[in-house]
Amino acid sequence: MATEIKMPQLGESVTEGTIAKWLKKPGDPVAKYEAICEVSTDKVNAEVPATFEGTMVEIVAGEGETVAVGEIICKMAEEGAEVTAAPTTPVAEEAKPEATNASAPAPAKVDVSAKRGSGSGRFSPAVLRLSQENDIDLTLLTGTGAGGRITRKDILTAIEQGIGKVGSAPTPQVISVDEPVVAQVPTVDVDTALSTTPPASKPAMGVVTEEGDIEIPLTSVRKTIASRMVQSKHEAPHAWTMMEVDVTGLVELRNKMKHDFKVREGVSLTFMPFFIKAVSDALKEFPVINSMWGGDKIIQKKRINISIAVATDDALYVPVIPDVDELSILGLAKKVNTLAQKTRAGKLDLSDLQGGTFTVNNTGSFGSVMSQPIINQPQAAILSFEAIVKRPVVMNNMFAVRDMMNICMSLDHRVLDGLVAGRFLARVKELLEEYTVDSTF
Amino acid sequence: MAIMSYIEAVTLAMREEMQRDSQVFVLGEDVGVRGGVFRATDGLYSEFGEDRVLDTPLTESAIAGVAIGAAAYGKRPIAEMQFADFIMPAINQIISEAAKIRYRSNNKWSCPMVVRAPYGGGIHGALYHSQSVEKIFTGVPGLKIVTPSTPYDVKGLLKSAIRDDDPVLFFEHKRCYRLIKGEVPADDYTIPIGKADVKREGTDVTVITYGMMVHFALQAAEQLEKDGISVHVLDLRTLVPLDKEAVLEAVAKTGKVLVVHEDNLTGGFGGEVSAIIAEEAFFELDAPVRRLAGPDVPAMPYSPTLEKEFILNPDKIAKAIRELAEF
Repeated sequence: MATEIKMPQLGESVTEGTIAKWLKKPGDPVAKYEAICEVSTDKVNAEVPATFEGTMVEIVAGEGETVAVGEIICKMAEEGAEVTAAPTTPVAEEAKPEATNASAPAPAKVDVSAKRGSGSGRFSPAVLRLSQENDIDLTLLTGTGAGGRITRKDILTAIEQGIGKVGSAPTPQVISVDEPVVAQVPTVDVDTALSTTPPASKPAMGVVTEEGDIEIPLTSVRKTIASRMVQSKHEAPHAWTMMEVDVTGLVELRNKMKHDFKVREGVSLTFMPFFIKAVSDALKEFPVINSMWGGDKIIQKKRINISIAVATDDALYVPVIPDVDELSILGLAKKVNTLAQKTRAGKLDLSDLQGGTFTVNNTGSFGSVMSQPIINQPQAAILSFEAIVKRPVVMNNMFAVRDMMNICMSLDHRVLDGLVAGRFLARVKELLEEYTVDSTF
Repeated sequence: MAIMSYIEAVTLAMREEMQRDSQVFVLGEDVGVRGGVFRATDGLYSEFGEDRVLDTPLTESAIAGVAIGAAAYGKRPIAEMQFADFIMPAINQIISEAAKIRYRSNNKWSCPMVVRAPYGGGIHGALYHSQSVEKIFTGVPGLKIVTPSTPYDVKGLLKSAIRDDDPVLFFEHKRCYRLIKGEVPADDYTIPIGKADVKREGTDVTVITYGMMVHFALQAAEQLEKDGISVHVLDLRTLVPLDKEAVLEAVAKTGKVLVVHEDNLTGGFGGEVSAIIAEEAFFELDAPVRRLAGPDVPAMPYSPTLEKEFILNPDKIAKAIRELAEF
């Protein structure tokens, strides 16, 4: 087989040479390093030596022809090889694959059911901008890019062909938001909340950012709060009621006890244990309040596990004190204290957050006198204890200065009606008003 | 219109400018009697004499220094560095003096000098005859940097460079010298410094490049056209000042950008181009901006195999374009 001899590089910057003279003609034997032709360039004139011993087969570039470096000038057969006639037509050319149509990108089609590849959920800046400017619903397009990615060209094609317009889908595609989350077990499960696709996590439309505004990225806790609040307000029809409680006796009792209590027990005596105790006792009497919505049924919980709202600077947690009906005021005080510390230290375990059946919210701690709490789903109600303030009230047809507190309850009207809620609330009020300076606990 | 090679356009531009303005003169190693090692100054010595075509010692610092002094005196020197690789001894003169004269003198002095230097590889020039040096200078304010790719651009841009009142580094890709031929009008035209040029219109992928790589990109585009991939090629022509508008316009054509240069990847001018695109054309992008450049090794090797590995070629560029097109 003949070996192709190419135009050598004859100097820096020389990219072509002109064949000045052939020194060998086809059929001539050629010794190794023997000159086969003379080449002239605008820099040098040189002879081209043979790099192996053999026979000249064919001269490709004639005398006077200018040939680029690397192009074939002649063909030689190696010593010992059989000399065959040079082929007249280049074979390689014919074997070229027909690639013109095969790899041309197909235009985007309306194909909602198309299988989506790994690239389908990621959009380039250009694609997002074009889709927004032209009202193109990206879920209606099929991408032709890597992994099914919708490319800028796909969008341009769609715009040109007028397809993929928002609202033009033959069957509107339901974005698979989870079905209403109906918990079988009363758990405040952070993970579940995070994995849902609540409407709250969608970008709000029409929010304009101006210079100087600060965009705060959502933490996972913030997202959970947002999704749970939206879910609760969205699913549970909230009813609301409020009562006034005269806690003069309780205030006096606490004032009398708090110093010794702190010294003796190591924790402060707050009002919270008394509130929880009253709620716990009232729940025993009105077990339906300690229920949750079960979709096709109402589940009345046996255990009384009280969720307490604990705020930190940037989030709100509702850790749970289980089985409060088994705890004394002291036990409750310690539990509240522990949970509050764990919350503020960010050391709550998942078990601390699970299993609540009713929520108590101490909004009075920051001075609120009235609030409309959002129910901690799937619980049926939430109770806020507002600030204790001295107010003139009428007692025995006389004005008296009393320590007054409002208690506010939001209830899921699917589970509870106003009457039972009112009775429950009245019982809580009664239990709290029973305390006097001489009560024991 | 005459068809001429890239290097003939270099010679022609200098000859015409020397005829037009008696202040223009050439200096460098072997530029006189010999007519330059690449023949860039061929015939200038006999036409303009030894006073205007100066053979210098092998001292690039002096070539640049003398040129700067002459420029300050009102002359318009064209200093030739025999190879861009040899510009290193002149760097102090160019960066510390030429680039700063106008600024340092509060606009009283200027430095209307051109430094011509053949750069680039692919010609078996090995370590000291193949380097791309543009990135050493692109970050130095006060210098203009021109890197033409065609004979037409060479003539128009070299004339502009000679007439410019500030120092211009005129980098000629030595592989283009005799490989690239094209039509060059006989008339006295100029091309403004700082204007890029669309060398090919396309809709799928934009290639932004300069110098010899423009031709490789065009060849790659030719190959890919058969497969239905349409490539847009922007020739920067001038690196500093960069034609930002042309860059952004070229990005908007396709949303997919490949920046190509023979200079090393890290710190290469492609990084600057990419950053500008990221900052100013984010919403036009349909794919990450991709760079294709010489590898980060000290120099172009002599071994043909290694040289081939080092230098870009139409196939390597075509492969990168194809990947972007398929993204």
